[in-house]
Amino acid sequence: MEATYNYKVVRQFSIMTVVWGIVGMLVGVIIAAQLIWPTLTEALGPLAPYLSYGRLRPLHTNAVIFAFGGSALFATSLYVVQRTCQTRVLSDGLASFVFWGWQAIIVMAAVSLPMGYTSSKEYAELEWPIDILITVVWVAYAVLFFGTIMKRKTQHIYVANWFFGAYILAIALLHVVNNVELPIVMEGGSWLKSYSAYAGVQDAMVQWWYGHNAVGFFLTTAFLGMMYYFIPKQAGRPIYSYRLSIVHFWTLNFIYMWAGPHHLMYTALPDWAQSLGMVFSLMLLAPSWGGMMNGIMTLSGAWHKLRTDPILKFLITAMSFYGMSTFEGPMMSVKTVNALSHYTDWNIAHVHSGALGWVAMISIGSLYHLIPRLYGREEMHSVKLINVHFWWSTIGVVLYIASMWIAGVAEGLMWRATNVDGTLTYSFAQSVAAIHPFYMIRLIGGSMFFAGMLLMAYNVWKTIAAGKAVNDARIPQAVAA
Amino acid sequence: MDAGTVGSVVTVVFFVLFIVIVWWAFLRGNKQKFDDAAQLPFQEDAVDAGKRQTD
Repeated sequence: MEATYNYKVVRQFSIMTVVWGIVGMLVGVIIAAQLIWPTLTEALGPLAPYLSYGRLRPLHTNAVIFAFGGSALFATSLYVVQRTCQTRVLSDGLASFVFWGWQAIIVMAAVSLPMGYTSSKEYAELEWPIDILITVVWVAYAVLFFGTIMKRKTQHIYVANWFFGAYILAIALLHVVNNVELPIVMEGGSWLKSYSAYAGVQDAMVQWWYGHNAVGFFLTTAFLGMMYYFIPKQAGRPIYSYRLSIVHFWTLNFIYMWAGPHHLMYTALPDWAQSLGMVFSLMLLAPSWGGMMNGIMTLSGAWHKLRTDPILKFLITAMSFYGMSTFEGPMMSVKTVNALSHYTDWNIAHVHSGALGWVAMISIGSLYHLIPRLYGREEMHSVKLINVHFWWSTIGVVLYIASMWIAGVAEGLMWRATNVDGTLTYSFAQSVAAIHPFYMIRLIGGSMFFAGMLLMAYNVWKTIAAGKAVNDARIPQAVAA
Repeated sequence: MDAGTVGSVVTVVFFVLFIVIVWWAFLRGNKQKFDDAAQLPFQEDAVDAGKRQTD
């Protein structure tokens, strides 16, 4: 009978989370600088085309979402499923395949996107050969995860695993449906350029059904799985209400799938579909805030821990940003608000309040909890540095989103201002000039967040150097029902 | 049945299903079961008490 957990795959993914976080955020800093100084990379001569904004931007989004966020999710989901099911992963070989397969996909993305290969679908830019590899690795991951749940020794399936499970199923569905595409080699063109099987407004709707649910199931549901394990563990007390977590889970799943049309307000999409997207987006406020309160209230009666434990600060601040961005999102989906916010930097503020404030912070907090346990240490090399990292990140996010809010509202107001005779009051270039200072503030905020990741890398390095990889974490044998 | 009718039926069925889930989650008889489930992340530590190295 197997007696230990597989920590190797968790370790591999944890370290790569830090590595890809640094890479992805560095690219983010570069493109933020390019928006201020558009000729920044032109001096690089023959290299310049590969580093142009249009090619680096999808590299940034793919790297932070799928390489950084993805690795964090693989690490935590495979750790949590083993520990709460009290069993080793289904197969060590399959776990290795998932790790190396995912890394291969990331490297292919990092090469093909700067070279200009793209299917042009946002967050699904990768071309069809990579899409097929993603499908294969994802199926392997699903078998690994659900197979582990099936051989569990506990009776109940802990709620975090429900969230991870929904994420795995939904992403499989979204990825396959949105990436139905045909290479133009069929028409005598390139093997590496494909076009979507959908056309016109159907293509737009499929894309944003995918795009919004990538946010809903990849960047929300899965990270809530992280929240439901790591907040109780770090706080040393069970989740505030387990029953609320069940309602939270099902409400999210019933509602999220229908919110996609809010990305297509005032487009060729039928008006009823736009209204449907808006109504479902407004309804999402209920489960989102229910989940946020469940996480934060877990600290009820132990608030003092927030003062001394920087890991808890990361986790609870992440929940606050989750609450903020899930309030902001439904508001932005209201048609009249959307008329102002759409296509402006307000979206960039919203997405980073979610991606940096919520996704990155909950991941960073979880990793600070996880890494000492994977290397046989009591805690990270320096708790003080975690605290410094926390403040750099928090100030960085606040500078980032506040500047982009102001820039976004300024853009929206300037773009729609008209003179008495109906002509536009401002040219587009005037709105670009107006937001210039806010792009500077955004660059400073983003750089602070990036610098925090470097601190983390140093701290992780020192922790690993002083520790020893744990490969004998025992599975409890006496199992209570 | 046309698509509109199917859509309406599915919406009603899902809504009823959701109500049943909420009712089931808050059923008094299930309280103990869920309280036990909430302890799952900590069971490991009870067994391993004092052996922080492998926690």
